[in-house]
Amino acid sequence: MALDVLDLTRLQFAVVTIYHYLFVPLSISLSAAAACLHTAWLRSGDERHRALTLLVGKLLLVTFAVGVVTGLVQEFQFGMAWSAFARFYGDVFGPTLAIEGMLAFFLEATFLGLWFFGWGRIPPRLHLATIWTVAVGTLISAYVILAANSFMQNPVAYALDEETGRARLTSFSELMLNEVGLAAFPHTIAGAAMVGGSLLLAIGAWRTWTRPADGDPRQAGAFALLARAGAWTTVVAGVLTAVSGDVLGKVMTRVQPMKMAAAEALYSTTSGAPFSLFAVGRPGGGEPLFSLEIPYLLSVLATGDPTAQVQGIDDLQAQYSGQFGPGNYVPVVPLAYWAFRGMIGAGMLAAGLAAAYLWLTRRGRTPGAGRAGRALLRALPLLPLLPTAANTFGWVFTETARQPWLAFGLTRTAEGISPGLTAAEVLLSLAGFTLVYGILAIAWLKLVLHLGRQDLPLRAPAVVAQRTASEPGTAPEPGTAPGSHAADRPLPADVPAY
Amino acid sequence: MDLVTVWFALVVLCWVLFCVLEGFDFGVGVLAPVLGRDDSERGAVVRTVGPFWDGNEVWLVAAIGVTFAAFPDWYAAMLSGLYLPFALFLLLLAGRGVALEFRAKGDGLRWRRRCDAALALCSAGVVALLGAVLAVLAVGLPLGPDGEVASRPGALAGLGRSTAPLLSPEAGAGAVLALLVAVLLGATFLGLRTTGPVRERARRVAVRVPLGAAAVALLVAAAGWTAAGTASAAAAALVLLAVLAHHRREAAAFGLACGLTALAVVLLFTANGDVVLPSTLDPAASLTRSSAAATDSALRLVSAFAVVVLPGVVAYQALSYWVFRRRVGSERTA
Repeated sequence: MALDVLDLTRLQFAVVTIYHYLFVPLSISLSAAAACLHTAWLRSGDERHRALTLLVGKLLLVTFAVGVVTGLVQEFQFGMAWSAFARFYGDVFGPTLAIEGMLAFFLEATFLGLWFFGWGRIPPRLHLATIWTVAVGTLISAYVILAANSFMQNPVAYALDEETGRARLTSFSELMLNEVGLAAFPHTIAGAAMVGGSLLLAIGAWRTWTRPADGDPRQAGAFALLARAGAWTTVVAGVLTAVSGDVLGKVMTRVQPMKMAAAEALYSTTSGAPFSLFAVGRPGGGEPLFSLEIPYLLSVLATGDPTAQVQGIDDLQAQYSGQFGPGNYVPVVPLAYWAFRGMIGAGMLAAGLAAAYLWLTRRGRTPGAGRAGRALLRALPLLPLLPTAANTFGWVFTETARQPWLAFGLTRTAEGISPGLTAAEVLLSLAGFTLVYGILAIAWLKLVLHLGRQDLPLRAPAVVAQRTASEPGTAPEPGTAPGSHAADRPLPADVPAY
Repeated sequence: MDLVTVWFALVVLCWVLFCVLEGFDFGVGVLAPVLGRDDSERGAVVRTVGPFWDGNEVWLVAAIGVTFAAFPDWYAAMLSGLYLPFALFLLLLAGRGVALEFRAKGDGLRWRRRCDAALALCSAGVVALLGAVLAVLAVGLPLGPDGEVASRPGALAGLGRSTAPLLSPEAGAGAVLALLVAVLLGATFLGLRTTGPVRERARRVAVRVPLGAAAVALLVAAAGWTAAGTASAAAAALVLLAVLAHHRREAAAFGLACGLTALAVVLLFTANGDVVLPSTLDPAASLTRSSAAATDSALRLVSAFAVVVLPGVVAYQALSYWVFRRRVGSERTA
C-alpha cells in the first residue's frame, strides 16, 4: 500500500502540535499561579502561601521542561517537513519565530532558572520579580505565536513579490495587530487558565478529602486554600473563555465564513439561523436525520443580530470555486461540528464542576458530607482532563476547519510540503515522536502524581517566627563569605531540593 | 557592511553561543556517570547546569529562528535536506532535557538512575549527531535546482534521501570531534564548578583527554590525512589546555576550551566563503548569503529587534551565571 506522504505529514504535524499544546496551557497558567502565590506570601508572611508556592513551582518546572523540548520540534518542523511553506512565507513567518525566541524564550528560560534555584540567593523583592518575568514571558510568547498563526487564518501585512512569487512583509505592526490574533489571544489565555486552575483544584480537593484524621490540620488547611483558589480561577477563566470565544467567533464568521458554517454543519445560507445542540447528520451532507436546535441563536452568535443571514457551506463552495478555481473548499464537516461542540461542552462542564465545588465548600463547609459532594470529590481528580480536552478540541477545530488552506485564500496545505520528502521518512519520524512522546507523557504523569501526593513543606511555627522576624524569603546563611569560591554553602532545609 | 553580512554574522554568533554554552552542559551530561561515583555526586554534577541548561538551549532556538527570518531558503534546504538526522536530534535533545529536569523531582534511587542513564546516552548521541550534521552542512548536500534534496525511488532509498550524507567520513570526523569538544568543555566547566573528589576527577579528565587527542592529531597529520599545520596547531592548543588543567588554572582552562570551540564553529561556517550551503551536485544550485536572504524590509525589522533585545539577553544570562557562581558540593542537608 502506498502511504500518502502529504497525509502522513499532516498527521505528524497534528500529533506533535497537539502534544506540545497539552503542556503549554499549564506552563502559562502555573507560572502566573506561582507568581501570585509568591506575591501573596511576601505580603502576608503566611506559611501556607510559601509552601504552596514551592509546590506550584515544582509542577511548573517539570511541565515547562516538556513544553520546551516539544516546542523546539515546532520551530524545526516548518523547515523539515514544510520547506515550500518556509520559502514562500519566510519573510512574514520567519521574523515572528525569531522575535518570539529573542523576546520571550530567553526571558522564560533564564528567569525560571533564576527563580527556582534562587531561593536565599537573590534579595526577596528581586526574586519575586524573576517569577513575574517568567509569567510575562509566557504571555509575550503566546501573543507572538498567535500573531503568526493568525496570518495563516487571515493573511494580512503582505504583498506578493512579482519576481519571486513569494510573500513579502509590508508592515510589522499590521501583522502583530491582526484582528484574528487580537481576538484569539484573550481566548487562548483564558482557556489556559482553566487548565491550571483545575489542576490546582484537583490536587487541593483530593488532598483535603483524603487526609488522615490524625494528620496535621495545617496541611488540610493549605490544600483547602489551594482547592478554592483553583476553583475560583477555573470559574472566572471559564466565563472569560466564553465571552472571548464569542468575540472570536464573530471575527471568524467575517474572515472565514466556511469555518463557522462547518462548525454548525449549516449547508444552506439561512436567515435567523438556529444553533444546533446535537445532530445526527447524513453522510455527504444535506438535512440531518435528527437535530436539536435553539432558534435564532446561531445568527446571534455569528453576527449579534437574531435575523441576520448566515452563509451556508454549499453557497460558499460555489463562491470559492468561482474565486479560486475549481476544487473542494469544504473542510471535514463532522470533525468541525463535533470538535466545536466538544470544546464548548468540556469547557462548560469544567467551569460548572468548579462552581459546584465552590458552592459545596462555601463558608468553610466540608463537601464530603452529602452524596452529591462525595460524587464530586471522586470526579475532581480527573477534572484537569476536561479543559485540556477543550483546548485540544479548540485547536483541532481552528486548524482543520481552515483546510484545504494553509494560509487562507493564498496557499493550499498540499503546496506547502517539502518537495523531496518521502513517506518512509515521515513514517519513521512519526514512529519516533510517538514512542518518545509516549515515554515523556508517562514520566511526566508519574512526577505530577508524585508531587501531588507529597505533604506540603510547612515549617514549624517557631522557625517561621524566627525567619520572618529577620526577612521573609531569606534563609539565614551559614557558611562561606559572599564572593568566596571555596565551597558552596549547604542549602538550608527549607530551600526546594533540585 | 551590508545587512546580509550582519545577519550572517548573527547566525554564526548564535551557533557559537549554542555550541559553547550548550556544549559544556552536553559534556556535563556525558561525564555525569563517569565523574559522579554515587548518587549524591551525580546529583552535584547535574546541579552545576540546573539553572542554565534551558537558557543555553534557547541559543539553538535563536540560531534556527534567525536563520528562518533572515535566510529562509537556507533554513528550508538545510532542515528538509537532513530531515531524519534533525528528527533524531530533536528526540535526543528532548530526552536529555527532560532527564535533566526530572531527575531530582522524582522519588527513589531507581528513578534517578534511569534519569542518569537517559541523560548520558542522549547527551552523547546529541553531541555526536550535532557534530556530524555541522560537518555535513560544511561539505554540502546534494541540492537540486529547486534547492531540495530529491528523493530516489524505492522505500529504503526514501530513508536514504536524508541519511546518506551522514555516512561520509567527514560526518564521522565531525561526530568524534564534537564528542571531544563536549568532554573538554564539560570537564573544565566541572573543574570550575564542583568540589572535592568530583573536581579532582574532572581535572584528570581535562589533562588526559586533550593529551590523548593531541597525540591522535599528530598521528593523523603524520599519516597525511589532514593539513599538517592545522593538526599541529590543534595539538599545541590541546597540550596547552592539559597544562593549564594540570596546574589547576581552572578558569583559564575553561576559557581556552570555550575559545577553541568558538573558533572551530566560526571556521566551519566560513569555510565556503560566501556560500552558506554548497550543493554537491551542481555549484549553480549552491545557496549563497545573498541568494538565500529574505527581503531588505524583513531584515531591517528583525535587526531593530536584535539590536534592542540581544544585548539584554546576554546581560541577564551573564547575571544568572553570576548569581549561581558558587561551587556545588555533593553534600546536602535534607
